[in-house]
Amino acid sequence: MQVAADLQKGLDVYAIREQFPILKREVKGKPLVYLDNAATSQKPQVVIDALVNYYTNYNANIHRGIHTLAEEATAAFEATRDTIQKFIGAASREEIIFTRGTTEGINLVAYTWGRQNLHAGDEVIISGMEHHSNIVPWQIICEEKKAVLKVIPVDDNGELILEEFKKLLTEKTKIVSVVHVSNALGTVNPVKQIIDAAHAKGAVVMVDGAQSSVHLDINVQEMDCDFFAFSAHKLYGPTGVGALYGKKHILEAMPVFQGGGEMIKEVTFAKTTYNDLPYKYEAGTPNIADVVAFKAALDFMTETGMKKMRDYEHELLAYATEQLEQIEGLKIIGKAREKTSLISFIIDKVHPQDVGILLDNRGIAVRTGHHCAQTLMDRFCIPGTIRASFAIYNTKEEIDALVEGLKKAIKLLV
Amino acid sequence: MTIQQIEDEIVEEFSLFDSWDDKYEYIIDLGKRLAPLDNKYRIDENKVRGCQSTVWLAAEYKEDGKIYFTADSDAIIVKGLISMLIRVLSGRTPDEIINAPLTFIQRIGMTTHLAQTRSNGLLSMVKQMKNYAVAFKIKNSQLQ
Repeated sequence: MQVAADLQKGLDVYAIREQFPILKREVKGKPLVYLDNAATSQKPQVVIDALVNYYTNYNANIHRGIHTLAEEATAAFEATRDTIQKFIGAASREEIIFTRGTTEGINLVAYTWGRQNLHAGDEVIISGMEHHSNIVPWQIICEEKKAVLKVIPVDDNGELILEEFKKLLTEKTKIVSVVHVSNALGTVNPVKQIIDAAHAKGAVVMVDGAQSSVHLDINVQEMDCDFFAFSAHKLYGPTGVGALYGKKHILEAMPVFQGGGEMIKEVTFAKTTYNDLPYKYEAGTPNIADVVAFKAALDFMTETGMKKMRDYEHELLAYATEQLEQIEGLKIIGKAREKTSLISFIIDKVHPQDVGILLDNRGIAVRTGHHCAQTLMDRFCIPGTIRASFAIYNTKEEIDALVEGLKKAIKLLV
Repeated sequence: MTIQQIEDEIVEEFSLFDSWDDKYEYIIDLGKRLAPLDNKYRIDENKVRGCQSTVWLAAEYKEDGKIYFTADSDAIIVKGLISMLIRVLSGRTPDEIINAPLTFIQRIGMTTHLAQTRSNGLLSMVKQMKNYAVAFKIKNSQLQ
């Protein structure tokens, strides 16, 4: 019955599950129910194979060597850049810079663009639902430059209050850095409106795409953002690699980030000239293997079908919301009109950590705590939440197992 | 009873449980029954570092030359773990606490279940209790 229903919807979740070897394992003697996808997603066999294939057959340092292995490795590495360019709709491949992940992407912009363009009294706007990685880099650069950090408030449903944002936006605003999808609430923010309003005041906009890139169709040109950062590991790809998109003319004008090999044109002790985009920002030997495997992850998503994945994720979100709301004492934190497949919740008289431990004892992996968004938890006056986040390999049966596990945990704890 | 004997006793109690469900039920029960912490101890200096739950741990050195611990947490399983640590370590001399083997944590399988991550802070609690013992010992030797 379930299989037939899923097939009708277009996504054969059981065929998808077959491609993820880790889903066959047991935890604490029970089948793994992995609902911590917003932290990191599991990897399909094609991604694992790409990593193994790289090290088995063509491991070499890229861009420099003239031998066959180096050429093959370089071609594979650069092919990922082309795939990312298409995946996020960038105008040119030079606008894609490889990073260690979203965090490094944001730091790169804060340390280069920020250092060049922020001055005493200038203002930086972030939102009240940022991950620490989109707060701390700006605090550091604001402190250094004596600039002021402003915060867009969040309403009770977990949505940004845009009227307040418009009040914060002035001629002093130099950059707005905002999360596309909240990792703690699942809220999809109206980034297009934010970008247009910021541009009208002459500010640039950075979008933190760590959560959105796996759940939404990204087109940076339509969005018109100036920077967009995301990580491979949230998109079924390997850890330790990500990409930063920046508009070409902005990247060209920015100072360099880290110095070293690869990012230079010519080095003398008197003066060094820097390489062209994107290599100007890619000092040192990059994470070649993981960049190569990143392409396999993006190809996996494209071949699975973006629309099919979106529809299925929404179905899971709707089902989980409906089921969880029936649990007595459970309160969902974050009821935005537009959400990705993530539910944060608290339960009366129960500490999230206790629930997390008891669920783990049943093989169910959720995230508990403040989700690196302490300021947002303070906004809701809670120490943390329990977060279940769904990927395309999750099933309604797994949501049923979560509900069952929660009921048993509550019975023990209250 | 010595610390070693109490540790053995806890291990024996846990051996009666067939499943981890039962073990957790027992730990939760211990947590619920832990003596309440006096409000005067609920201060920042008594907080033990942990990522997710807050633990308050107070130590009092009494005239009998022994240290008495009281504690609380907002998470009940952590509270149950503290309850066991207090049972083993409270009312002992600084030297006894410093030299306590505390192998029961491993022997009841707690280390595999509550991995040594920053999230549960079990090891932070143990460390903090031993730190108190060291501090009282140093203070004593300076007084003498």
